[in-house]
Parts: sequence; structure tokens; C-alpha cells
Amino acid sequence: MTAVTADATPGGRSARGLVELVFRARELSLVAALAVLVLVTTAVNPNFLSGQGVKDIFLNTSILALLAVGQSLVVITRNIDLSVGSVVGLVAFCTGKFVSADPTGRGVLTALVFGVAIGAVCGLLNGLLVSFCRVPALVVTLGTLYVIQGLDHYIAHGQQINAVDLPPALLHLGNEGVLGVPYLPVITVVVMLAVGYYLRSYPSGRDFYAIGSSPEAARLAGVPVRRRVLAAYLFSGALAGLGGVLWLARFGTVVADPARGWELIVVSAVVVGGVAIVGGVGTVYGAVLGALLLTTIGSALVVLKVNSFWQQALTGALLLLAITVDRVLAVRVTRLLRKRSVRHGA
Amino acid sequence: MAHDLMTTPGTGSAPKGGAAGRSPLGRFVRWDVLVTALLIAVFLAGAAGSPDFANAGNLSFALGDLGEIALIALAMTLLVVAAEVDLSVASVLGLSSAMIGALWDAGWAIETIIPLVVVVGAVCGLVNGLLVTRLGLPSLAVTIGTLALYRGLAYVVLGDKAVAEFPQRYTDLVTGDVPGTPIPYPVALFVLLAIITGVVLHATGAGRALFAIGSQEEAAFFAGIRVKRIKLVLFVVSGTMAAFAGVVYTLRYGSARADNGFGVELAVIAAVLLGGVDFDGGKGTLGGVIAGVLLIGLLRNLLMLNDVATEIQSIVTGLLLIVSVLTPRLAAVVRQRRRSPAPHTPLSSEAESNR
Amino acid sequence: MRDPGEAEAPRGPAPGTAPPPVLALRKAGKSFGAVRALREVSLELFAGEAHALAGENGAGKSTLVKTLSGVHRPDEGEVLLDGAPVEFGGPAAAQEAGVAVIYQEPTLFPDLSVAENIFMGRQPRARFGRIDRRAMHAEATELFTGLGVAIDPGRPARGLSIADQQLVEIAKALSRRARVLIMDEPTAALSGNEVARLFNVVKTLREQGCAVLFISHRLDEIFELCQRVTILRDGAWVAGEPISALTPDDLVRRMVGRDLDTLYPKQDTLPGEVALTVGRLTREGVFTDVSFEVRRGEIVALAGLVGAGRSEVARAIFGVDRWDAGTVEVGGRRLPPGSPTAAMAAGLALVPEDRRQQGLVMDLSIERNIGLTGLKSVRRGPVISRAAERDRARDWAARLQLKFTRLGDAVNVLSGGNQQKVVLAKWLATDPAVLIVDEPTRGIDIGTKAEVHRLLSELAGRGIAILMISSDLPEVLGMADRVLVMHEGRLAAEIPRERATEESVMSAATGRDGAAA
Repeated sequence: MTAVTADATPGGRSARGLVELVFRARELSLVAALAVLVLVTTAVNPNFLSGQGVKDIFLNTSILALLAVGQSLVVITRNIDLSVGSVVGLVAFCTGKFVSADPTGRGVLTALVFGVAIGAVCGLLNGLLVSFCRVPALVVTLGTLYVIQGLDHYIAHGQQINAVDLPPALLHLGNEGVLGVPYLPVITVVVMLAVGYYLRSYPSGRDFYAIGSSPEAARLAGVPVRRRVLAAYLFSGALAGLGGVLWLARFGTVVADPARGWELIVVSAVVVGGVAIVGGVGTVYGAVLGALLLTTIGSALVVLKVNSFWQQALTGALLLLAITVDRVLAVRVTRLLRKRSVRHGA
Repeated sequence: MAHDLMTTPGTGSAPKGGAAGRSPLGRFVRWDVLVTALLIAVFLAGAAGSPDFANAGNLSFALGDLGEIALIALAMTLLVVAAEVDLSVASVLGLSSAMIGALWDAGWAIETIIPLVVVVGAVCGLVNGLLVTRLGLPSLAVTIGTLALYRGLAYVVLGDKAVAEFPQRYTDLVTGDVPGTPIPYPVALFVLLAIITGVVLHATGAGRALFAIGSQEEAAFFAGIRVKRIKLVLFVVSGTMAAFAGVVYTLRYGSARADNGFGVELAVIAAVLLGGVDFDGGKGTLGGVIAGVLLIGLLRNLLMLNDVATEIQSIVTGLLLIVSVLTPRLAAVVRQRRRSPAPHTPLSSEAESNR
Repeated sequence: MRDPGEAEAPRGPAPGTAPPPVLALRKAGKSFGAVRALREVSLELFAGEAHALAGENGAGKSTLVKTLSGVHRPDEGEVLLDGAPVEFGGPAAAQEAGVAVIYQEPTLFPDLSVAENIFMGRQPRARFGRIDRRAMHAEATELFTGLGVAIDPGRPARGLSIADQQLVEIAKALSRRARVLIMDEPTAALSGNEVARLFNVVKTLREQGCAVLFISHRLDEIFELCQRVTILRDGAWVAGEPISALTPDDLVRRMVGRDLDTLYPKQDTLPGEVALTVGRLTREGVFTDVSFEVRRGEIVALAGLVGAGRSEVARAIFGVDRWDAGTVEVGGRRLPPGSPTAAMAAGLALVPEDRRQQGLVMDLSIERNIGLTGLKSVRRGPVISRAAERDRARDWAARLQLKFTRLGDAVNVLSGGNQQKVVLAKWLATDPAVLIVDEPTRGIDIGTKAEVHRLLSELAGRGIAILMISSDLPEVLGMADRVLVMHEGRLAAEIPRERATEESVMSAATGRDGAAA
């Protein structure tokens, strides 16, 4: 027995260090990639780091990052929500129409409540279908993507929302800030910190990881699997609703389905940020960093006068790189951990 | 009884006659029938409701309009039966279209361009297949990535401009009819390819292998089936078919654009699932898929004839997609309840591994 | 290592003042369709006692475990908790009541830390309902210290050895203050040292007042650890008595309940030329330098403990796994590594260990499963003739006396024994020269088991070379012409039929002489 005890400890300790390093490594390497990108771009064109340039990047990242936070929660439970882009569009347009009908009486708060409620309803629908009807998440959210998109176009009917019809306070929310810091990134950071803290520090937050890591074991451990999955979708939908209102506030002028195709960018951001597509692993901080990286690449391409058409291709390539690296690392780490826990040649 | 195990065939407890049931597929055969019945109902309703519907001109237009969806759905059926999926098909279609435009602009001959873009499509499929089979990545994640990548490359190739003005003798190949019939060339081609696909899927060893891979990959591997190679081939076929669909699409509309076929992957998957193919693999028939494709096509055509806004069409497609996966699952749940009233049957693994 | 005095104190149906059994089963029955898995089975677990559950594969042990742990609800009879009837609504309810099950292969969250695995859903809280990580790690460390093992609570569960995973499960059970610990073949995948460590843990728990239900195929373990034993045969209760009153032979006789000769109808055959030659086969970290031959007409058993590398050797020979060094020759032809297709072409067939995952495509029909391996004979060009396919399937079903309703039925409606016949039919249809069977009768009822044995014997008689892997010692001794024994990835012994006994095989399998583990 003593022999067993003696050689187990060092193996265990270093294994833990190793794994933590790997997980931290994702966030660190994202920061490093960002730093390199910013340095190179600034070296070529110093305007990149001007006050306005930085502010634009943060403004542009905010909504994407918000969606990435919601999507992370869903992906961590081994599911996916492809309908977020269409929800943003629906909410942006409907909220715009709603407040512009009475710009003096309906203010920022009303708009936020209205938009988040629509988003939450969409999320609830997805969640019910996935968790209680056990329909594959990909298919269901593809379907709701279609439906919501059609609904959006139907409601819009070729019209568009104009900034002049909106309450000034709403536009102020989207473009101004306090002490030079715009509101949008502040909102995103607050949401990110709250969700990140919840996921790490509360038992119900850990349930999400448990479900994604092993649904079977989660059920055996008495985790309320369906309720948590439903909650993840509800939350993702509500955040998409919030994102829709902020979209309206930022751009003012909105046509139908403005965030078309965003679902894939959001999923890319989440996966690039280190949330495993098979669930159970990842943090919202990583997902937000992923969103920041994707946005910064877009801005850098403009500044570097690279054909901006490369952006989408790069997003795809980055996603492929991220899942490949994840896979290779996972295989390596598992092998290493297994070697360390093998004792006495078993 | 002791020594006859290996030597006297035909005396066991096997029932005589050809009474072999098709019960494992029974539920889905019924689903096929359901979709086909629905198809006929829609057709009759259309014919009764609108005089413009059931004439050869409109039907041939409706069929032609389905061309690229139908072509890609053939390859997609094989993939989904093997429990894989390819979301990048519409992007390959776009890339193919963009390349046609760019190369035509550069003065290449169509005869050179078409084989070239089809080969590029095969390479796109090969990349998907290698990432899935060699690295063991989920095809869903891989093809979401290549969906963005290939569409991005399409924009890189052609930008946001459109190339039109293809000579009529080429566009005629796509819009024209087979001489002496009201059947457009793409439809004739589709029928040919559908027959080949149907035979491969339902009457060859390769088809049997696909069903086995889709229901239980490990058991298929242990039976000596070359799982990885078959999957690789499927992805290549899918890419090739998508690129070819790009050719058809470009010539039919006479316009090459990078955003051609945006969102077609959804319509294809909707048609395949509507046709009764199980998204988890291992179940489905090509006949069902063809009924599904036609149903979507006819519905679209009917809605269009009746001046229903295009956005409603999108809603209808989305709802059909949801219903087509929801119905079998709900039916399964109901059946399970009926079979075992005890709420805690042994935990089934299919339960929460959605996706 | 046994301490009979105090541990055997609470025994028998409790008279008068003695506390009632913590958990008991009274005249319980359970059926699945037409199969009666349990009939009138009674069992009592007392605090501070280790109770063995013995019986052959398919005797109903796992159904009994699932009934006690709330997975199944008994059709007849009842479950008693502290003497009062109770109905568990599910596994969670049984856990709540203090019944914990340690399975052979535990289910953990691979991505989460060991401490989180132990406390999932019941994490120690700090203020505002937050998880108190420090307390959680401290408690986990304390649990492990109490068990006398050192596992870092902070490391992820991914990559833990099976032995360590079981200890995590035990720690989880302790943290829930489990009073009944059911261990379903926990030692099957453990090495000697790991078994010793586990036994120390179990003895400690028993002394602390836990009731333990212990299932094992290894008789020496039952005799070392347990005070009483309940024996099942074909789903029925056979005996329940103090273990001190039994000899190992008594136990085996009660488990098998019939003459071994009819169960193992091995014909004598004259071995022919060499069909399979394995030369210094090595897969790093799994098995090393494995060399042997199998001749036509011979049944060679590959014995050893689970985890000794037997199945892995079979998988490598068949090409499912790659090998790092060595050679495999079938009929003088060398096989390339990692190609089942080449192995099949050379005349190899593998009936794999896990019938439900590897042997059969459970959702496909009987005829499709039989047809999976070779369709050449029923093809016209590339196209399969359905009539020919069905005729062939019916032919094989008849030869193997398969019991079924329709050839088009999915194989998952068949009993385990009939499923195994479908696997055999699938491979025999390829007309193999060498047949590798991995645990050919696991989970099969006794009647079909005898049929499978007769079939194997007859196949050998027809000149097929058979390599049989089995954890069932009587099967090995009853069927094999030669016994190869593996121990920790190496061939430890080769024992001819005449000298093969339970003792000689087990001592080689455990790498020691005599007393195992």
C-alpha cells in the first residue's frame, strides 16, 4: 500500500498542472494571437491603434461576444443553437418597429424588455424541442432559423427601420458611453463576468459541464438534464434578444434579417475560444476572446488593405484549425494522463 | 441432434415461404408512404386550385427549379444514412459558380471550365472527408468550418460581382428539354443519377455497408467494412455533386455569383429528413428522399403560383423540417410508453446525445 | 486475512432483537418479455457483512443488482429497506436511500475534476450558495485518506485507470453516507496489486458498518472477502449460506448444477497443419512478444485475467488494432497490420467480445446481419439478389438452430444466445480457416451455451482452427485442447489439456504460485 501511495502523488500533481496549463493555454494563446495581430497591423498602419479604431473594434465585438456567451452555454451542454442570427434580426426589426411607433413613450428600458422577451420566447421554443422532444439540436435550430427568418421578412415586408424614428436615448446607448468607454462593451463584459462566475462557482452552473461531459453520468448523478438544457437555450435566446436591441441601438437603420449568416460566425467564435464542440469543456471568457479575435481580424484586413472577402474564408480556416488543435491536444493529454495513472504494468 | 448442426440445412425453426418481414424499416416505410401520399394530395390540391399548375410547362419548370437541391440531396442521403452530414454543399456550389464566372471572364472555354470546377468540388469534399476520417473530428463541426471557408473562397475568387452572358448553346443544355419530350435535361440527368444512387444504396454491398455504418459503426468495422474509406468516398461524392449542381445553377440562371445557392444546404437537409432518413443514421430510403424533394418543390411552386410571399415559403420549409424530425421521435416515445409503463427502463444511450 | 469472529456475527434471518437487514429482497421476480430473469429470489444484506452473489453468466446476477439499485422494479415480491417494503422510483431514489453501486466500468465525467465528480450536485457551499472549492477538495482528500489511497482531487477524471475510477466511485458513495455498497465484478479489470488495495478498502468499509454485496467470478476472492453467499442459477435462488460451510467445489457444484460433461461436449480431434502463426506480436503498453500457433482442428484457449491483454491480442490479429512489431500468418500468408479486410480475405474470422457493440448491428435485421460479412455469393454483378440473400440467411439460421420469428426482425429482439448464433452465422458464412471467438458464451443461458460449445467442437472437427478467449474457467478446461495463459501482456504459460486444471491456469494467470492476489 505504501508503495502505491508514494508514487501516486507526484504523478497526480503534475498531471493536474499539465491539464490546467492546457486549458489556460487556449486563453493565453488567443491573447498572444491578438497581440501579434495588433502589433503587425499597427506596424504597417499606425492608425489601427487610434482611439477611434480601438473603439470601433470593441463596439463591433460587443454584440458578437454577447451571442458567443449564450452559445457557449448551449455548446457546453453538447448542443448547438443555429437560430441566434435570425433571432437578432427578428428582435432588431420588431423592436425598432415597436419603439418607432411611439418614440417618446417607449424608451430604452421598454425596448430592452420587449426585445429580450421575444428572444427568450424563441429560445424557449428551441429548448422545449431539444430537451423534451429529444430532437437533434442541429436540425431543430436549423428549422427555427428558417421559420424565424421567414417571420422576420414577413413582418418587415420590404420596409426598413430608420434611425430618425427611434428614441435618441436608444441610439445614445448604442454609440455613446461613460468616460469615453462605450456602453456596449461594458454590457458585454458585465454579462460575461456574471455568466463566467456563475458557471464556475455555482452547483447548477457545474451541471452544464456535467451534462456535456457525460449525459449518462449526469443522469445517474441526479442532474436535472432537461431543465438545464432548456435553461441554456432560454438564456441563449434571451441574449440574442438583447443583442438584437443593441444592434438596433448601434446601427439605427435596420432592414429585415440584418444578422443573416451570423450563427456560423458565433459558433466559430465559441469554438475558436476553446469551447469543445462535443461539450463539457470551455469558458465564456475564451468564447469572448474568440469573438474579439475574429472581429479584430476583420478590422485588420481592412487596415492592411487585404481584400475583405478573405475574412469569411479566414473565419472558416480558423474554426478548422481550432477543432484540429483541440482534437490533437485532447488525444495527447489523454494518453499522457493514462500513462501517468498506469501503475504496476496493469 | 448432436451432430447435424453444420450439415443439414433447411430443418430449423425458420418459417417457410418468403414471409421475411421488413419490420425494422417498417416504421420508415410507412413514413415514405405518408410523404408520398402527402405529395399526391398536394399535387391534386394544386391541380384543383390553380389551372396554371398541372400543365407540362409549369411542372417542368417546377422540376427544373429543384435541380440543384435534388442533385445534392442524392449524395446527402448517402451521407446521412452513414450518420454523417455535409453542411458545406451550398458553399461548394457557390465556389463552383464563382470559379465559372472568374474563368469565363478570363477567357477560358466552358469545356475546360466545367471539368475543372467539378474536380475542385471533389477536392473540397476530399478535405472534408480527410478531416473527418483521419482526425476523427465530428463532420458537423468540420463542415460548418468549410461552409465558411469555401463560401469565403468563392468571394475571394469573384468578389461581389456577377458574371452573366454565357452563350446560349450552353445555357440551353440546362434549360432545354430532351428532344421530343417536355423533360428538361437536368431532370433526365437526375433520374439517371437517382436510379444509380437507389441501386447502390438498396441493392449493393456498399449500400448495406452504409446502413451498418450508420447504425453501429464499430460493429461495421468489426465485420471488415472499410468504414473510413467509404466515408471518405461519400464526402468526395458530395463535394463533386455540389460542384456539378453549381454548374447547373450557374447556367440555368445565366449568372455566376459568389453567393449563389446561399442556404441551399438547409433545403437539402430538410428534404432528406422529410423523406424519412434518420438524422442519427442507419435508416431511410431513397424513394422517401425523392418524395421529400418533390414535396418541397411542389409546395414552393404552389405558393408561388398563388402569390404567397417567398418568406412564407421559408417558414413552410422550416416547419416541415421540424415536423419531419419531430414526428418519428414522438411516435417512438409513444410506442415506448405503451410497451413499458414503468418509467425507468434501462437507460438508453440515444436519449440525450442530440446532434 | 479473514477475521471470522466479529464479522460473521449478524447472520441468518434476524431473530427477535437483532437489527433487520439493511437491504433485502423477498421472493422477487422479474421478467423481460418471455424471459424470466429472476424467480422468487430472496437475499438479505446485513450491516458489517460482506455478502457474495455467485452464479454463472446469465444466472440473473445483474438483474438482481439492477433491482436492488432501483433500475428495475420487481414484477413480483418486494425490496425491503431496514425491514420495511420500499419502492425505488429510480437509481436516484436508491442512492438517496444509501444504496450505491460500483460497476465494473464506472461512469464519470471525464472533463471534470475528481473532486467535482465526487460531489456533483451536492457540492459544499460557501456564502451566497457558491461552491466552496477549498472545502470540496479538503473533503475529497479526507475521503481518499480514509480509503488509504492517494488520488489528486484536482486532476480531471479523464485518463484515470479503471481501479482509480472505482475508488472515485467508492469515495462518492461514502460522501453520500452509503450504507449498502453493491460491487458488480469490480475486480474483473484490476491487476493483483489493485485488487489487494480494493480489498483493504472494502474491509475497512465493512468494519465501519457498511453492508457489501460482492459479485465476482473468482472463487478465491469470494472466500477471502465474504461471510455469506447467495447462489443463483438460471434466474432462481439456489442457496444462501455462510461461506465457512462451503468448499470451493461445493460452490461450483451449486452454481453449475449439472454435469460438466454435457455442457462441454469436446470431441477428440487430430490436429492438422498449422493454420495460424503469431510471432513475437507486440503492441506497446498492451502486450509484448506473444508467439503461438493454432493448428487445424484444434481449439486453443487464451486464458488470463481481464486486462491481461487477451482480447487485445485477438483484435490485433484480426487487424482491428494495429501492432507495433511481430508477425501474423494465416495458412502461411503474412497479414499486413491493421486491416480486417485482409484478415478476412486470408480466412480469419473474429467473434468479438462485445456482442452488442461490435458483433452485431442491433437495429438491422437477422438477414442483413448475416449478410454483412460476405455478399459475393449472392451477387449478380454488383447487385445483390434479395432472394439469394434471404435463402442464405435462412440456410444458416437453420443450421445453427436459430430461434426467431422472421428473418426481417431486428436482432435486438433476440435473446443473447440467439444473437450470438447470428454472429457465428455471419462469420461461418465466410467459410473461415481460423475462427477467433472472444467470450463466446458470455451472458448466454445454459441451454444455448451447450449448443455453442457443441458447435465449436464440431467446427474444430471439420478442420477449422479455433482460438477461444474465455474468462469462464470451466469452459476453458472443458473445451480446449491447449490452454495459453496470459499475464500482464505476456504469455505466461502453455498448458496441454491433460495438465490443465483450475489451479494451474489461475496460478499462471495471476503470475504467482497458488494463492492469487
